[in-house]
Amino acid sequence: MEAGQEVARAPAVPVAKTGGGGRWRRNLTGWGFMLPFMAAYALFLIWPVILMFKYSFTNKSLVGTGGSQFLGFQNYGRIFGDPAFWQSLWHTVWFTILSTPPLVILALVFAMLTNRVGRGQGIFRFSFFAPFVLPVSVVCLIWIWMYEPGFGLIDGVLGGILGNVAWLGDPNVAMISIVITTIWWTLGFNFVLYLAGLQEIPRELYDAAAVDGAGAWAQARWITLPLLKRTTLLVLALQILASLKIFDQVYIMTYGGPNFTTRPIIEYFYDQGFTAYQIGYASAVSVVYFVIILAASVAWFLFSRRREETV
Amino acid sequence: MEAEAPRGLARVPQKGPVPGRRGRAGTIVTYAVLSVLAAAWLLPLAWAVDTALKPESETTKTPITWASSHFNLNAFRQVIEAGDILRWYANSALVSIVVTVFVVLLASLAAYALSRIPFRGRTVLFWVVLAGLMIPPQVLIVPLFSEMQAVGFVNTYQGIILPQLPSALAVFILKVFFDGIPRELEESALVDGASRLRIYWQIWMPLARPALAAVAIFTFVGSWNYFIWPLIVVTSTDMMTIPLGLSTVQSAFGIHYAQIMASAVLGGLPLLVAFIFFQRQIVEGIANTGLKG
Repeated sequence: MEAGQEVARAPAVPVAKTGGGGRWRRNLTGWGFMLPFMAAYALFLIWPVILMFKYSFTNKSLVGTGGSQFLGFQNYGRIFGDPAFWQSLWHTVWFTILSTPPLVILALVFAMLTNRVGRGQGIFRFSFFAPFVLPVSVVCLIWIWMYEPGFGLIDGVLGGILGNVAWLGDPNVAMISIVITTIWWTLGFNFVLYLAGLQEIPRELYDAAAVDGAGAWAQARWITLPLLKRTTLLVLALQILASLKIFDQVYIMTYGGPNFTTRPIIEYFYDQGFTAYQIGYASAVSVVYFVIILAASVAWFLFSRRREETV
Repeated sequence: MEAEAPRGLARVPQKGPVPGRRGRAGTIVTYAVLSVLAAAWLLPLAWAVDTALKPESETTKTPITWASSHFNLNAFRQVIEAGDILRWYANSALVSIVVTVFVVLLASLAAYALSRIPFRGRTVLFWVVLAGLMIPPQVLIVPLFSEMQAVGFVNTYQGIILPQLPSALAVFILKVFFDGIPRELEESALVDGASRLRIYWQIWMPLARPALAAVAIFTFVGSWNYFIWPLIVVTSTDMMTIPLGLSTVQSAFGIHYAQIMASAVLGGLPLLVAFIFFQRQIVEGIANTGLKG
């Protein structure tokens, strides 16, 4: 059998004679396989990026009349003096600051607890992860009802203690309400990443530590947390990037309100483009936001690579 | 890592509570805490179902009660008879299925070429695809809309579907998977004179089934749940998908909370059922792609 294989393989050595054809034919095949994807990629990803940059230098409007004039950097100049831009950018950052720590820490705690039990792990995993697969509007409908003043479950239970709170209507509380909903909805994703990380830790480490008399805390402190460092960095990066993209929940639950106090940056350029019809200005805002996301991604990439080299 | 594990210990059957067994009391406390947390996590879903089953008049009763002596399916019947939700289901199913089929097809062809065909320009193309991972689709809504407007695709299925097709992530995941498979099979097929297309279809697609399944499930769920793009490109109620349509029922039904919750339950049900069936693939998919990405 082995000898037969050797013989069959022998003619494969001169590459030009294999079924892949010559170099020219191989190049053609390669590009042919790439073509369908690259066509979609160019038309619906790269071209819109180019358009976005192009529009950002014009005063193009959504309702076509008047054409569009080249403005140079005027739109970008306008951004700097636009308090609504800075406000909505701050709301996005504030949401990220509020949502990231609980979404990372709670996910870790839930995963560590779940990893400790033998039977019934599947049930707990299901409970924590199930909300993540729901469409955002289902999540929001349920939570709008939960937050409903007077009749909702939260006000019905906590109303006696906190007094009546307009969870989505009070400018001081609305963002926190959205954060709570987001934690409930998306925690499962980080939880699953942590659970996978935990299950890769060799069990012998714990057994050895137990023999040496290390208690639960010592084991968590000296084995679990250090070995989860890579997972934590990943969860943290994915979470920050996801939180910076906040839009859907806010749009459905408060529409950016009350009085624009929860409006994130994506809703700001959505409003500029599709409510005020200012495609040019909306594009400039998109570009600025795009650069922020890109900087965050690149920073993470460089940071994680440097870390990998030093470890 | 596995090779380094001491052989004797590695064979001990690993069952029961895993790290640092802490005896009965510890286990009981863990179970108690977890049960409370899990119950809290499922509470909103239970509350939604409870509300949907109540007569409308009882949904806004104070103090709040859970149990009603008049549980019924009226709210579900009314929502279904009103008709929109069935149309939205159909739209969502159509869009998600078409998107999934094309994403898997386009991405697997590209991933195969990037992984297996040493053609000129391959490295550059791979970097171009990688760069696409860093572009959040949300930033493109404004230019994409004017692009769609220019070709008359606003409020059409093409308009909803086309921008979802270029998934750099799908290409990346499949390429990493292809890279991990030994190439012996392919070489002997090449010697036998099989074409690349045939090798792709008859050898690599069956081999890649687990990765393809993961990509397909994620694409499907992602497309089913996609909100911002349909919000922009759809302008009429009859073209709405489930997430978009449901976001409008709050204002449509006013304070008919049983009906709103019935809509929410109906909207979430297919995905919960899918999740129950594909739990392993979904969870492992996140764990693998998340950790390798």
